[in-house]
Amino acid sequence: MHADAKLDTLGYFCPMPIILTSKKIKELAIGQVLEVTSDDEGIKKDMPAWCETTGHEMLGLEEEQSASGRIYKAYIKKTK
Amino acid sequence: MNATQSEAASVLAQLEATKPERVTIVLLSGDLDRAMAAFIIATGAAAMGMQVTIFFTFWGLNAIRRKGAPSTAKDWLRRMFGFLNKGGADTLPLSRFHFGGLGTKMMQKVMKQNRMPGVPELMKTALDLGVRFIACTTTMGLMGITKDTLIEGVDQFAGVTTYLAEAKQSSVNLFI
Repeated sequence: MHADAKLDTLGYFCPMPIILTSKKIKELAIGQVLEVTSDDEGIKKDMPAWCETTGHEMLGLEEEQSASGRIYKAYIKKTK
Repeated sequence: MNATQSEAASVLAQLEATKPERVTIVLLSGDLDRAMAAFIIATGAAAMGMQVTIFFTFWGLNAIRRKGAPSTAKDWLRRMFGFLNKGGADTLPLSRFHFGGLGTKMMQKVMKQNRMPGVPELMKTALDLGVRFIACTTTMGLMGITKDTLIEGVDQFAGVTTYLAEAKQSSVNLFI
């Protein structure tokens, strides 16, 4: 999926991925897409919940297997 | 309804819809694990755009005390209490398995290895995100904790009425 900016939160536990996302999204323009990479499984539920509360659009979540474990990539479109 | 009235109504509805949700947390405990839970919820809520206030009372005040700052309470009893009751965000003990400090040290080591933020880091993040800290003046007085021994960033010194006024408007209210 296309992304205008990327955020690496590998190795961070809840709530850091969400906090870093909320800071990073401020740097984007409306309509741009942010890719957040995380290895915390909680992000599968937490990121959609964050999007629902803040009003940003959750475009999708991709999972891949790496040598050190599962990696999740969330795509968020800034809406405001 | 005339035009001006409906306009006012729509403005009001819009205000209602965009009003940030509020979270109030009372932190009574001075335990590392409980304080961590409080700060994780606070920072998470702030990152979700919610307005967060934490009220520190009793042992919870230890989280916002500067480490090693001596109590300047006027009478010796309270000064003694302030001395015995050690403060500082990085000195909080685990509620279980503290083992005279060994258990807590081990937990802090594991947290560091896993890049998990500790209480001091979470507290700093909370302040950065605009979480408001309120210190309870009654328990400060009881425990010989004076204003000058608290960290910078404590927004208000207040009592139960301030807490209730805020809690009344909150959709999430926790006592930890």
